[in-house]
Amino acid sequence: MFDGISTQLLLGQILIGLINGSFYAMLSMGLVIIFGMMHVINFTHGAQYMLGAFCAWLLLNYLGIGYWPSLVLAPLAVALFGIFLERVLLRPLAGLDHLYSLLATYAVALIVEGLVRIKYGSTGLPYDNPIPGGVNLGFMFMPYYRLWVVAFSVVTCVGTWLLIDHTKLGAYLRAANENPQIVQTFGINVPKLMTLTYGFGVGLAGLCGVLAAPIYQVSPSMGSSLMIVVFAVVVIGGMGSIIGAVATGYMLGIVEGLTKVFYPEAASVVIFLFMTVALYLRPQGIFSGREAN
Amino acid sequence: MNSGAQSLATGETRDGETLLEVNDLSAWYAESRVLHGMAFDVRPGELLTLIGRNGAGKTTTLRSIVGLLQKRTGAIRFEGRDLVGMRPFEIARLGIGYCPEERAIFSSLSVKENLFLPPVLKPGGMTEAEIFETFPNLKARSASQGTKLSGGEQQMLAIARILRTGARLLLLDEPSEGLAPVVVKEIGGIIKRLKAKGFTIILVEQNLRFARLVADRHVVVENGKVVDRMTNAELAADMNRVKSYLGV
Repeated sequence: MFDGISTQLLLGQILIGLINGSFYAMLSMGLVIIFGMMHVINFTHGAQYMLGAFCAWLLLNYLGIGYWPSLVLAPLAVALFGIFLERVLLRPLAGLDHLYSLLATYAVALIVEGLVRIKYGSTGLPYDNPIPGGVNLGFMFMPYYRLWVVAFSVVTCVGTWLLIDHTKLGAYLRAANENPQIVQTFGINVPKLMTLTYGFGVGLAGLCGVLAAPIYQVSPSMGSSLMIVVFAVVVIGGMGSIIGAVATGYMLGIVEGLTKVFYPEAASVVIFLFMTVALYLRPQGIFSGREAN
Repeated sequence: MNSGAQSLATGETRDGETLLEVNDLSAWYAESRVLHGMAFDVRPGELLTLIGRNGAGKTTTLRSIVGLLQKRTGAIRFEGRDLVGMRPFEIARLGIGYCPEERAIFSSLSVKENLFLPPVLKPGGMTEAEIFETFPNLKARSASQGTKLSGGEQQMLAIARILRTGARLLLLDEPSEGLAPVVVKEIGGIIKRLKAKGFTIILVEQNLRFARLVADRHVVVENGKVVDRMTNAELAADMNRVKSYLGV
């Protein structure tokens, strides 16, 4: 049926899909962690991803600080920005309808993107690849940097999952997600836990931004275009499931890649097609054990 | 150790040794006032019940003490410190354990994770071995999902998890509710053992027979305030006095 398709093209697209999927997985994981804990649909996530990339670019161009230190410094800076946002903007909105925090975070995204655009323009800024070269896999040339991104993303996702599923801190997070009031009566400072959770989720977005800087150009709109897909991933995987978000992220990256092989015209819509079907068949998300509400 | 408490004929007498003192406590859910000047006290090692009809304000009283109801006036003094104005986690850290009516077992946590979730806040809590000795069922089921337990086991888990933390005052909201008589009896036995270990307990109950089995003193709550107080002996001597309040 697919006689015309070469193995080379197929494997190549699967690998590219895996790289895109790495970003989908990490970004949707952050969104799900934030939503699970705070019931905030963080529309600033894309802007925070972009800020991560910009931070790395600024550190390099103004202070001469290279990629590796930036991999730590930029996410920290973005996390601090997130903590500030949580304290001044999101905390007063806690307890109100989700729409308020959604609109507030969307407004912040527009403001941040606008400010970056005013200062640095819309055109993408290049960021040098810290690991040049690559390896010939036989069916394609694989840049080392992209391998690094896939490996790093897998380690980050597994690490985060272990943290949440197998540690005491994770147990606090899961419990506070279910019943924050009772967790407070155990002597746990839940508001602080929420601030740190938001900082962590946002820091993950910043980390993705740094990882993305050498692959994509650093530009104010790099986040908003990606986030549309990431929100679809979260909807498909289920808002309540970290594993669901991660698995769906990688899976849809690969599906997108495969679609480019078999029916390139559909590549940009295939994820939304999946989302429509998933919403119809399992509105609570395919990986979510809980009922939709 | 509670000989001092037993020598007191009525709840009105003070011996200067109060663990918790609630005075003129009022509390609101949004705009609607649910407590209208609650007043009672508990001495160390004592077991006090709050009895009264549904909606009388018993649960609200407990929720006000632990700070889950933030809109409150009056005074709640625990070891001399006023809890009004403090946040729930600050109140908990003073050594108050709360077991809510709905039990609040976490479904995303195993039995063991549920049990060990509350951090140890003060020295003097029960050890793991003591807890499993008191609640043998929980040990056998420690790997199960918290909410897969039976109602009685969930109730035991909800009590057990606040015993490790070093809290000396336990607030138990209707632990007998919805449970089979044999399980209620078992829980009654556990509460007696906790009292013998020196825990001070405020128990919210509608089940008079259960309350009579374990308590030192009773406070009758109606329309958000205390309308009567009696010792357990007084209750035993005149059950009709309380039954008239409960309307049974």
